[in-house]
Amino acid sequence: MRNVAPSSDTDGLKRMGDDTVNEMACQELVEVITDYLEGTLPKSDRARFDAHLATCPGCREYLEQMRTLIRLSGSLTAKSIESATRDSLLRAFRRWRDSQTQL
Amino acid sequence: MPVTNDRYESVVALETGNRASEAELIDRLRCGDQAAFTWLVDTYSPSLKRLALAFVSVDAVAEEVVQETWLAVLTGIGRFEGRSSLKTWLFKILTNRAKTRAVREKRTVRFSELGPEDGDGPAVSPERFLPPDDPSFPGHWSTPPHPWSVVAEQAVIRRETMEVLRRGLENLPRSQRTVVMLRDVEGWPAHEVCAALDLSEANQRVLLHRGRSRLRSILETYFADDA
Repeated sequence: MRNVAPSSDTDGLKRMGDDTVNEMACQELVEVITDYLEGTLPKSDRARFDAHLATCPGCREYLEQMRTLIRLSGSLTAKSIESATRDSLLRAFRRWRDSQTQL
Repeated sequence: MPVTNDRYESVVALETGNRASEAELIDRLRCGDQAAFTWLVDTYSPSLKRLALAFVSVDAVAEEVVQETWLAVLTGIGRFEGRSSLKTWLFKILTNRAKTRAVREKRTVRFSELGPEDGDGPAVSPERFLPPDDPSFPGHWSTPPHPWSVVAEQAVIRRETMEVLRRGLENLPRSQRTVVMLRDVEGWPAHEVCAALDLSEANQRVLLHRGRSRLRSILETYFADDA
């Protein structure tokens, strides 16, 4: 399935002109997307990125997927330490506390 | 703390019931309040262990590193001046200890050099795009992303999605996994990840980009198979 045309310009020769060589292709967008999200993409590329997004539903979905991925990653939980480790830490804490009060 | 990241900075504020400030917690700890210590251990140990596992390969060694970190907190809390946040201080102690252990384990801990699996390979397979000589739209999608961003967070499938993501993360090359874990899972700001792993900002971004791109593609495959 072909994607929605990013512009009405389908004339191959005309695409070599100033307006279109500057246009961001989807293949470039997926490689600079992290720079975009990190805010480190140069201003001119950022403008090209935004201009491309405005016309390309595929890339809008791609960007949304990246944002969703980051949100999901942020809610991954970590396994805690073993309860034996925790118990031994609490014992160590009490020893430490008692040694403090003796001073 | 130069950069504030909501998830990163608000853990202490999120304490349920007792909204102790960090300074209060530290005071309570100094006074020998076991509840304060228990709360800190329960709150931060999972993250500390996950970070330790970025440096050492054996689970039991990671447990020991976490334990050593808490013991160092007890002996050092009297000198802690609060110039950095408690969490930053904790992670700094852990990182130093984990690195020492990793050297003893003779494990390579250099993150500064990108591995062959980190530096190359496109985010998306070139076959998904129209070829460079396409007369109309070179480099544009020939097979656009299978849409899943909306369904991914629906409650019914969320649990399975998270499991796919967890496995995907575990299987990333180690340096990518560590950066994605610290940035996206733990919510660290970029400059702290660079400092903890001795990485340049550019390399940190490359690793983050490769890791995220790979995870996105894993989720896309999962949702496409599901459809």
